[in-house]
Amino acid sequence: MKKIKNSNKKPVTIGGIVLQIVLLIIAFIQIYPFIWLLLFSFKSNGEIFGSNVVGFPNKLLWENYQQALTNGRVGIYFINSALVTVVTIMISSVVAAMASYGIVRMKWKLSGVTLIFFLMGLMIPIHAALLPLFMFFSKLKQLNSYWSLIFPYVGFAIPMAIYIFSGFLRDIPKEMEESALLDGCSIYNSFFRIILPLIKPAIATVSIFTFLSSWNELMFAVTFISKWQYRTLTVGIQQMVGQYTTSWGPIGAGLVIATIPTLLIYCLLSNQVQKSLISGAVKG
Amino acid sequence: MERVLSNKKAICFFILPALIIFIAIIIFPIFMSGYYSTLQWDGIGKSKFIGIDNYITLFTNHEDGFIESIKNSVILAFLSVFIQLPISLVLALVLSNKVRGENFYRSVYFIPVIVSTVVIGQLWMKIYHPGYGLLNTFLRNIGLDSLAKEWIGSTDTALGAVFVPVVWQYIGYHMLLMYAAIKSISSDIMEAAKIDGASSVQTAFRITIPLIKPILEVCVTFAVIGSLKTFDLIYVLTGGGPVHATEVPSTLMFNTIFHKYQYGYGSSMAIFIIGECLLLTVVIQKLFRMKKA
Repeated sequence: MKKIKNSNKKPVTIGGIVLQIVLLIIAFIQIYPFIWLLLFSFKSNGEIFGSNVVGFPNKLLWENYQQALTNGRVGIYFINSALVTVVTIMISSVVAAMASYGIVRMKWKLSGVTLIFFLMGLMIPIHAALLPLFMFFSKLKQLNSYWSLIFPYVGFAIPMAIYIFSGFLRDIPKEMEESALLDGCSIYNSFFRIILPLIKPAIATVSIFTFLSSWNELMFAVTFISKWQYRTLTVGIQQMVGQYTTSWGPIGAGLVIATIPTLLIYCLLSNQVQKSLISGAVKG
Repeated sequence: MERVLSNKKAICFFILPALIIFIAIIIFPIFMSGYYSTLQWDGIGKSKFIGIDNYITLFTNHEDGFIESIKNSVILAFLSVFIQLPISLVLALVLSNKVRGENFYRSVYFIPVIVSTVVIGQLWMKIYHPGYGLLNTFLRNIGLDSLAKEWIGSTDTALGAVFVPVVWQYIGYHMLLMYAAIKSISSDIMEAAKIDGASSVQTAFRITIPLIKPILEVCVTFAVIGSLKTFDLIYVLTGGGPVHATEVPSTLMFNTIFHKYQYGYGSSMAIFIIGECLLLTVVIQKLFRMKKA
């Protein structure tokens, strides 16, 4: 995406103004629900349910946030989500980068087939694995553990990660590694010391992708976790909503807290996030 | 050099961790699902092998809502392809055409895509709330009290009401994919069209759209597959109810397995969903290739 300053290119016309208005209305539709959410997360029930449905809160009720974090346990759910997501990102990035290296750089007969085998995983919906994994973890007495989420998330992140890494590795010239290997550097060292630093941009892409999918995942989380101590945000939020049914303020606060990390990452890395999601769809 | 790069031990070291997890989490469970789908089984007691009976029941039993659920997912797929994608395409065409505030709009339109579906579901639940929701409040304020209703609580409006956020959420995603594809078209082609006097509409239909066909294929595939396996938003908003009005195959599968404890029957739905997705991926590919010829 090239950045071009367009501001001086077109003269202001009536058509241009109409277009701007239409674009603004669409922007409003896409973003207004979130603004409404942010506003009511600071309001009392009295305001939300009657006197002040859409306006700014009369007084910022930080108590709502306090309620959500403590009684609503959103604080714990948040930590659980963060833990599961971070570990998932680390494991999936490392094992997928290793596998991609083995496939793209190492010389063996089945490398092409193995790549296709991994990429087939891109087409498999998680539904197919739900019940078997549930049975599997319940036999191992691992339901209600972080691992029962981390492993499935890693498994389903691997195909996309390998897809991105292998495309990226192919474009990296071989000279550096080759000279290192000729100098007697071991293949393991060459991977961890030379390749990993070189593929940092791809690691960023993969991490963003994996972050979004594991932070927002619902189906596995609902099924594998029933104890609140291990609940992640997606399931926890559902629980909290049940707990507070009629007081919307704390619910809104919980929803805002659950969304903050995503929006923060998006604000800081907006272009990188968009690129990640594009590279997940476009075949190289 | 060659020897180092074809060292079997090193290859195993690099490949095996990912391969083992991949097989354990994705490949092996698919076969298990396939096996479960041939059983009559409540998950606790003894299972009984019944061959393809579960699949026959899927299409002959009209009580459990399976046919209904497929119908709903097909409707959603149509809405996605014929409403969501055209909106995305128009936005992508407009935004890539040197509009003031291009980056701003692109970034804003994209926000719903990254927000958790659970948050979006809960938020829309509040929007649709019959008493205090944003939608009904708005209608009452402009004097249309008669239009205010229980949007997701009534069988008449529930389906439409849950599909709106599903379609709304991913407009920005498809827009972004198309936008990136349009931006990668060489500017020489666009300049040449402009010099030859083509209007923006002509350029869009004659040049841009044909050139971004590959990404359109990706978008159509994602939109259709996404509709067939959609789960999160519907699970949060209605769980498939009221009386199966918003049921889609995924929610029905989930309820059949984890609420009715029909493990075998539910697994046959899971297998059906995978089969349906794979089949349609191939069909869409064929359709796009056909048009080219």
